[in-house]
Amino acid sequence: MQASDRFNINSQLEHLQAKYVGTGHADLNRFEWAVNIHRDSYASYVGHHGMLSYFALAENESIGRVRYNLMQKMLLPCSLPPEKDED
Amino acid sequence: MYLYNMTLQRATGCQSAVYGNFSGPKAQEIVVSRGSLLELLRPDENGKMQLVTSVFVFGEIRDMSAFRLTGGQRDYLCVGSDSGRFVVLEYVKEKNQFAPVHVETFGKSGCRRIVPGQYLAVDPKGRAAMIGACEKQKLVYVFNRDTAANLTISSPLEAHKSHTLVFCIIAMDCGFDNPIFAAIELDYMDADQDSTGEAAAEAQKHLTFYELDLGLNHVVRKYSEPVDNGANMLLTVPGGADGPSGVLVCAENFVIYKKEGHPDVRAVIPRRNDLPGDRGVLLIASTTSKVKSGFFFLVQSEYGDIYKVSLEYAAGRAEGETEVSELKIKYFDTLPPCSSICFLKTGFLFAGSEFGNHALYQFQGMGDHEDDVESSSLTLMETEEGFQPVFFDPRPLRNLALIDEIVSLAPFTDMKPVSFAGEETPVLVGTVGRGPRSSVRMLRQGVALTEMAVSDLPGNPEAVWTVRKFAADDFDAYIVVSFNNATLVLSIGETVEEVYDSGFLGTTPSMKVGQIGEDSLFQVYPAGLRHIRADRRVNEWKAPGRKQVQKVASNSRQVILALSGGEIVYFELDGISGQLVEAEKKELTGEISCMDVGPVPEGRQRAKFLAVGFYEQMVRVLSLDPDNCLSMLSVITTAAPPATLMQLDTAMGSSADDADASVGSLFLNIGLDNGVLLRTEVDRVTGQLSDTRMRMLGAKPPKLFPVTVRGRQAMLALSSRPWIGYSDAGRFIIAPLSYDQLDYASSFASDQCPEGIVGIADSKLRIVTIERLGEVFNQSSCKLRYTPRKFCVHAEGDTQRIVVVQSDHGCGSTAEALETRKVEKKAKAEGMDVDGEDEEEDEEEEAFTPEEQFGAPKASEGQWASCIQVVDMGSKTQPAEVLSTIELNRTGEDNEAALSTCTCSFVKFPGKSFVAVGTAKDLSFYPRSASGGAIYLFRLQADGELAQLHKTPIDEVPACMCAFQDKLLVGMGTTLRLYDLGKKKMLRKCELKGFPSFITTLNVCGDRIYVGDLQHSFQFVKYKASENSMYVFADDLTPRWITASLQLDYDTMAAADKFGNVSICRLPSEISDEVEEDPTGGKMVHSQGMLNGAPNKVEQVVQFHVGETVTSLCRAQMQPGGTESMLYATLMGSIGALLPFSSREDVDFFHHLEMHMRQENVPLCGRDHMAYRSAYFPVKDVIDGDLCEQYAMLSSELQRKIAEELDRTPSEILKKLEDLRAKIC
Repeated sequence: MQASDRFNINSQLEHLQAKYVGTGHADLNRFEWAVNIHRDSYASYVGHHGMLSYFALAENESIGRVRYNLMQKMLLPCSLPPEKDED
Repeated sequence: MYLYNMTLQRATGCQSAVYGNFSGPKAQEIVVSRGSLLELLRPDENGKMQLVTSVFVFGEIRDMSAFRLTGGQRDYLCVGSDSGRFVVLEYVKEKNQFAPVHVETFGKSGCRRIVPGQYLAVDPKGRAAMIGACEKQKLVYVFNRDTAANLTISSPLEAHKSHTLVFCIIAMDCGFDNPIFAAIELDYMDADQDSTGEAAAEAQKHLTFYELDLGLNHVVRKYSEPVDNGANMLLTVPGGADGPSGVLVCAENFVIYKKEGHPDVRAVIPRRNDLPGDRGVLLIASTTSKVKSGFFFLVQSEYGDIYKVSLEYAAGRAEGETEVSELKIKYFDTLPPCSSICFLKTGFLFAGSEFGNHALYQFQGMGDHEDDVESSSLTLMETEEGFQPVFFDPRPLRNLALIDEIVSLAPFTDMKPVSFAGEETPVLVGTVGRGPRSSVRMLRQGVALTEMAVSDLPGNPEAVWTVRKFAADDFDAYIVVSFNNATLVLSIGETVEEVYDSGFLGTTPSMKVGQIGEDSLFQVYPAGLRHIRADRRVNEWKAPGRKQVQKVASNSRQVILALSGGEIVYFELDGISGQLVEAEKKELTGEISCMDVGPVPEGRQRAKFLAVGFYEQMVRVLSLDPDNCLSMLSVITTAAPPATLMQLDTAMGSSADDADASVGSLFLNIGLDNGVLLRTEVDRVTGQLSDTRMRMLGAKPPKLFPVTVRGRQAMLALSSRPWIGYSDAGRFIIAPLSYDQLDYASSFASDQCPEGIVGIADSKLRIVTIERLGEVFNQSSCKLRYTPRKFCVHAEGDTQRIVVVQSDHGCGSTAEALETRKVEKKAKAEGMDVDGEDEEEDEEEEAFTPEEQFGAPKASEGQWASCIQVVDMGSKTQPAEVLSTIELNRTGEDNEAALSTCTCSFVKFPGKSFVAVGTAKDLSFYPRSASGGAIYLFRLQADGELAQLHKTPIDEVPACMCAFQDKLLVGMGTTLRLYDLGKKKMLRKCELKGFPSFITTLNVCGDRIYVGDLQHSFQFVKYKASENSMYVFADDLTPRWITASLQLDYDTMAAADKFGNVSICRLPSEISDEVEEDPTGGKMVHSQGMLNGAPNKVEQVVQFHVGETVTSLCRAQMQPGGTESMLYATLMGSIGALLPFSSREDVDFFHHLEMHMRQENVPLCGRDHMAYRSAYFPVKDVIDGDLCEQYAMLSSELQRKIAEELDRTPSEILKKLEDLRAKIC
């Protein structure tokens, strides 16, 4: 790679995508986008104690259980991915 | 509109807690994070938890860890927050504050998916720390120390792994080998790609060890092995010389011991007998006990059961060959579920509850009872259906004993101010807590006074004093009570009884009595002054001629008498002869209304200043120096005649137990006839007065008395209610006391009660003490049955009651158990007349019902327990009590959950008030669904029973309801419906469908309805009575997940959302006018709407991020004569106020102060203050008082610097802050 390549828009984008999970790209499909949004939301809920207690109160579960459930949901937040086209 | 945000009641919930020795080597201390508040607690010698320091960090604390460097004496605190920074704090004992040691930026701020901060683990030897995110990123910092033994940290080392979720990170204990961190990881890479779902089903959690090679300064992924897929938590097993090392993996139903190259040792977690089969047991909190004889773990399950986990291992084999042979899990005790439990080395357990009160327990046993259920890895049975479970029944506490309960208001589910006759400020009524531990709390403003003794006196006393015999005594010897024609002397001993040999003259009323010099007493009565020496010799001074003594001021060396006609006589104690000598006499012009002399400063001969108040509305300060005795130094005119005076030093030091705290300014307090208290600063040298602050205390002229609080001089002010003024953290606080009106008071010190107050009210003598200074609200509570959802206040005639709707998901009804117990108790009580022995035992049981301790029995998902209770709110002296209960779902058929309630009235029954309750049937979540609902209509009878009129089935979830123009307005799902009263059920009158997602709040004003939506902020609806139609005429562009709303005026609404924001939006006045003037009410003009919504849009006026989910908004005037402010209550159990600024000048001043504070006082956890307050929406027109008030905690150097920039003096700024606080509470 030449020095100038480092600064063109594509390599910068690639760098961003590698560094920050969830950075979009032109070919992003609906499912991938939704999965990202959901994972971001769940991570935010887990980080905010207020949100955890809010859910825990509604569901009548312990906060620890709610946190665990949210983390588990990050694996497959929007059910299964769509089947890929052959091409 | 500009608002000033101020927290009235700081958060009381617990996000996490860590144990450590932060202030010194042996100090038993706990740091509790309450979301954005960091507090240091310490148990005192009686086992009561005392708050040492508390600080707002203006950030979201997510994880904490305490550590110490090898050979260090004190612990440091490491905090993972949303600041994108790695923060190490230390506690500075001298300042009583936390101070940052290191704040290292590593990434973006906010609680983001890949930004570390969620998990924090520190090597047990304090050599390195790992900070991790929910996904991918992990950073390792290496700790070291420089030549001056200061803590230094390296630049971070990366240990990232993409597409990997992290469930837990801990540091392993491997002695002085390279530090190793263990993490539970789950790779989702394949699951994202595979559309068949196979990969997702096969996704496997791994236990991964990251080794930090200290030599190479490099982190390697050392070892990764599949682990149970229910794994959620890791525990460090002591290593090195203390144990076998390795980790315990806590998974759903199992605990597994794991170590590299060691076979797994697995044991099942015992489960409760009544737990439904489809529910697992998850461990949520843990603590490790390391004592000389060995180590064990205490872990708590999500149901609250505590287990003791211990390992059998063979030590002393060949090097590195120790082997774990058995893992045992034994049922220990049951406490309410905790977010953190901490083991204290002195034999205590601190339990920071998820919801409700926290507690400190003392160990009574170490779980060695033979008959408690135990599961072991050796007896683990594997059958075809999996591992054989072990069962137990929870039992009352056996190994732990409750020592202290720390009151928590988390979570508030609803709060409303209620005014009571005879009380000056409204009482905040809040529903607090969850499940069986929930309650109604009556919050009365003011510090509570505890009554130690009350006794009757003959006749009506006029004044009371306490006297010591000798100056060096610690305790008072006499209580002297003066009547209008006599003086009564009571001696304080085992009992309080009348004595005649004290030397005081009993046949005359007294003006003042006291102790003077080393060992003598004095009494001032209208005709003169009586000096009683230790050997009972009495020297008398008689007032000349027909003059009488009008006023007295005295301290331990000086007595000043004001005679009728304005003459002042000054006596001073002669040091050699021990006699009171008349030193000076002076005629003053004007009649004297009050006098005061301050206490003699330590090491001095006399107090320098005498303050004299005159009926001609002025106060003069006179000098008591022999050189210019009784000459005037300064004068201040007042708005009303001064009634009492008091000189008081304010302390500047911030530490409560810091004896040598520097002395601050001297203040002259003036109580005026009109109920106002003036506080004006006295220059210690010249006696000049400056910088006057004003505070309205009540309807009566305040009387001021010196008392002792926390070992320091403080001021008691008696007006139509009592107040206490004291210095705390550099600020002078005047707080109301929650007690009856007192007429006269004096400080009181005895063996049992070192800092008491003796007061008189009517013909009673009362001895009281202040227990929890600093508490803003005095609370009384009344237990409820399930989680309170909403409540409404029902007022008819003079009686006010509240109706609380309560419901719990996935929970069995506890009604039967409660009622059987009630019957049993009654039977027992009847039988107990015979032998009264069991009484004490019975009371102990009363403290904790089984439901409160164990939680309500779990039921399957989608099942609800629910009830409606009527609560009598009691009064100041009488606690609230439940009058009646209607348990829903008693038959087990309708699975109903009561969610909303309101009072309403109907045209057919003028003047009568009804209670409506909305319930949902078969409500379940993810996604929310219900098979219908119902509206109950009740009439509240005089005896407190609810008489049901009828029940109207509906087909949606009624989340809110509200009375509207003699009808009932119900928000159900996406429909707004208006009901009128019918004979057999409610009759539909009007309906508006199509609200965006789900109606959560309703407010009404005139013919406008303000509908708050679950996701889409407000919709302004107009009701046209002539056409009987409703339509939306305005809405909001901003998405907002509304949890609470408050109508401020016809066009303005305040909203709180579930992310912790408070905002105010307003319909522009020209649009509002247009809508009002238009005959069609704006209906036809733009009937097609705008931007997929209503034709008009509201504007955002105010935005503010509180940081905790707000569940209730209300407005109240918390101060007689104060300003009305908006109050909010949060899930973390805090109450805050938003006060509208009244002048532009104030706004500018505080704006600049806030700006400087942001720069000079960077929040502790490194989160930018402005960014935090703008976490979701940019903060707009709200000034953060919590930050501004930290000004008082700054060093005087910084205070001066900021003050200079603002062109003020530090005391002016402090005065401004005090004034603003005084407006609210």
